[in-house]
Amino acid sequence: METMSTQMHLNHKQAQMNILAFWFLIGAEVVVFGCLFGIYLAVKSLTGQGPTPNELFKLNEIMLSTVVLLTSSFTCAIAVYFLNLSKKLLTLLFFLITILLGLAFIGLEIREFTLYVEEGAKISTSAFLGAFYLLLGTHGFHVLFGVIWISLLLVQLWLKGINQETAPKLFIASLYWHFIDVIWVIIFTIVYLIGKV
Amino acid sequence: MMNVILDYLLSLPSDIIFADISFTIMLIATVYFLTKYAKWKWLWSWITSTDHKKIGIMYLFVSFLFFIRAGIEALLIRMQLAFPNNEFWVFQGERFNQLTSTHGTVMIFLVATPLLIGLMNVIVPLQIGARDVAFPFMNSLSLWLFISGGILINASFVAGGSPNAGWTTYAPLASKEFTPGPGNSYYPIGLQVAGLGTIMGGINFIVTIIKMRAPGMRFMRMPLSTWSMFITSILIVYAFSALAVALLLLTFERLFGTVILSASEGNPLIWQHLFWIFGHPEVYIIALPAFGIFSDVISVFSKRKLFGYPSMVFAIILIGFLGFMVWVHHMFTVGLNTNITIFFALTTMLIAVPTGIKIFNWLFTMRGGRIRFDTPMLYALGFIFTFVIGGVTGVMLGTVPADYQYHDSYFVVAHLHYVIIGATIFGVFSGVYYWWPKMFGKKLNETLGKWNFWTFGIGFHITFFPMHVMGLMGMPRRVFTYPEGDGLGFLNFISTCGAFMMGIGVLFFMINIYITTRYTKKRVLNDPWFSRGRTLEWTIPSPPPAYNFARLPEVKSREPLWDAYERGNKNINFIGEYEDIHLPNSTSLPFFMGIGFLIASFGFVFEIWPVALSGMLIVFLMMSIRSFQQKNGIHLPKEKVRVQDMRGED
Repeated sequence: METMSTQMHLNHKQAQMNILAFWFLIGAEVVVFGCLFGIYLAVKSLTGQGPTPNELFKLNEIMLSTVVLLTSSFTCAIAVYFLNLSKKLLTLLFFLITILLGLAFIGLEIREFTLYVEEGAKISTSAFLGAFYLLLGTHGFHVLFGVIWISLLLVQLWLKGINQETAPKLFIASLYWHFIDVIWVIIFTIVYLIGKV
Repeated sequence: MMNVILDYLLSLPSDIIFADISFTIMLIATVYFLTKYAKWKWLWSWITSTDHKKIGIMYLFVSFLFFIRAGIEALLIRMQLAFPNNEFWVFQGERFNQLTSTHGTVMIFLVATPLLIGLMNVIVPLQIGARDVAFPFMNSLSLWLFISGGILINASFVAGGSPNAGWTTYAPLASKEFTPGPGNSYYPIGLQVAGLGTIMGGINFIVTIIKMRAPGMRFMRMPLSTWSMFITSILIVYAFSALAVALLLLTFERLFGTVILSASEGNPLIWQHLFWIFGHPEVYIIALPAFGIFSDVISVFSKRKLFGYPSMVFAIILIGFLGFMVWVHHMFTVGLNTNITIFFALTTMLIAVPTGIKIFNWLFTMRGGRIRFDTPMLYALGFIFTFVIGGVTGVMLGTVPADYQYHDSYFVVAHLHYVIIGATIFGVFSGVYYWWPKMFGKKLNETLGKWNFWTFGIGFHITFFPMHVMGLMGMPRRVFTYPEGDGLGFLNFISTCGAFMMGIGVLFFMINIYITTRYTKKRVLNDPWFSRGRTLEWTIPSPPPAYNFARLPEVKSREPLWDAYERGNKNINFIGEYEDIHLPNSTSLPFFMGIGFLIASFGFVFEIWPVALSGMLIVFLMMSIRSFQQKNGIHLPKEKVRVQDMRGED
């Protein structure tokens, strides 16, 4: 088994089925986020007594989170590159960097939300803020889930090495990570950039 | 202390005391019988099973229990409505709202959908020549999430009050402002748990059908049941995720005070849109598998090849596709822009085309066939008759100006019961009678089956046909009474009589199961339907061994078994040597994950955060354990497989 390449692990029938199932799960997630974006766009102008998007957002700090998350996607891609070369330690290292960047992103997001709440922009203040926290919270929860999931996978990678079980799991986790990154790019455009216009 | 509890119990309304007592009796009886016959181990082996056939049977069993509960609610509703100004027991006003809301919610989410998923579990792998589904563990998890969500919705009645804003739970009525208390929190949280399981089930079947078909089983050779269940699975994945967002939104409204659906500060229409973006595909999620079942049944009992197979497949795909773009027809009276309304009216009527294709194909399949009128076929014929009526009223409802008259009247109630009972429930009965011998090795009693069909079928039309007229006379839905002198009393009374006749029909079905299980000795062969079987499930023993196919079936046409019969063979050819068969381990993790979700959900409903958190922790703990498990499964040695297979063949 040790001599099998990662590509062969990924081509195994069960692995192929897992990957296909995961693509359909991503399809379901696209609907989920599509609906959340729809809700946000529908109530964006209903700011009531609360602040408008333009008053609320501080683009500088959002830029920082964006750079952090996009970099994590890059390190994730490098990790998969080393996974394909069956280099256990380098894979481990780059996935580790990925989840650290993910944690940093979550930290930044928590700081952002606390700041908003201190300014009086609570989840119940207006429909706009409700939709904003719902969308961003769902995305943030996905990042958090990804961090926990990949950390568990890294423990397995450490214990078992790259094999028929761990290789597909890490590959699928990387798909997930890229997906939540893509969602962030859309959030950045639709929520923050357009909100600032 | 005892006095306090007693005082509390006596302060409850009589229906809740009654429910509590009957629940306690049932619980004690279950425990007593399980202990008396030493069946605990047997029960545990079912709970932890990852065999798709057993999971399917459990789906069927549990959703049948929910069917009985929601059916009793329907009878209570009909009792209250039997006479003008009636006051039956406690079911007026608020209690009546709870009745109609839970009747609808349970019937749609916990009966119609899981009954079909149960049949899907049993037959899809058999029809495509697979040894199991793609993800046996996830399959078991789907089951336990469904049961958890179901328990939550069903327990709401005795634990704080049921949802009472209708099965559609429209905002802002469903928000905390207008319906405080836990009742309407049960709805989004319970359905979220069950819906999660359904999405997993959908993904599981998509992958199973794409990746696990037997050699030679091309897409265009799959039986119609499998085809329809394939399209249904795709609809499930995309429709239920829209529902998930709607439920999440409602949960946030009620638990965390967002105002997105508020009438004054937000936009309550968002709920209606999201709900129906899910809700209309849901109609096809529960109708398409029934169409598939009828296609198989009609072809077998007419002893004829299905007429127009490619057009049948095309029609299913087209219905699935169009099903996503008709949702606004539930919202015509909202007053959206005319162009939008016209668009959705046209797409709605367009669906009649593929459905018409299917109806005609079924009729042409029967034409010139040697038809046997066994119970599955009777249900199929009853379906064609009933569904055409439901389809016609559907087109009537899709006509926008007329819809302003029909909207929220009993006409809609009549229409939706005609299509949902006419397709789904008839389909499930047909499928259960048809595949019962495959599941349990015994055929259900035909005489009782016919009694079951005729009482249920005639009772159905007596119950719901008058509702069309009541609707046209102006009786609104979801009201608990109506004045004397409106001329509605007689029709309502007829309808109530019909409802009890349907109840008797269901009793016949239960008696049939009991008598067959207890007294029928005769075991059926591979193909119990008079050697008319056409598809792969009839090529293996009844009930099939855990691995279904000892050797892989050889598929060279759409109807491999029928072609073998035509050539004068007794069965199809199986290819290859016997080999070691890999079977998945049984596992208790999905069961405990279900319990975790149940605990968490109660925590969320009553907003007791430590409980919610500990429930979620159980779930994540189970997921982590699963992640670290070695998934070796069991290997059945080929010698054993060979011996079992030889024994089965003679």
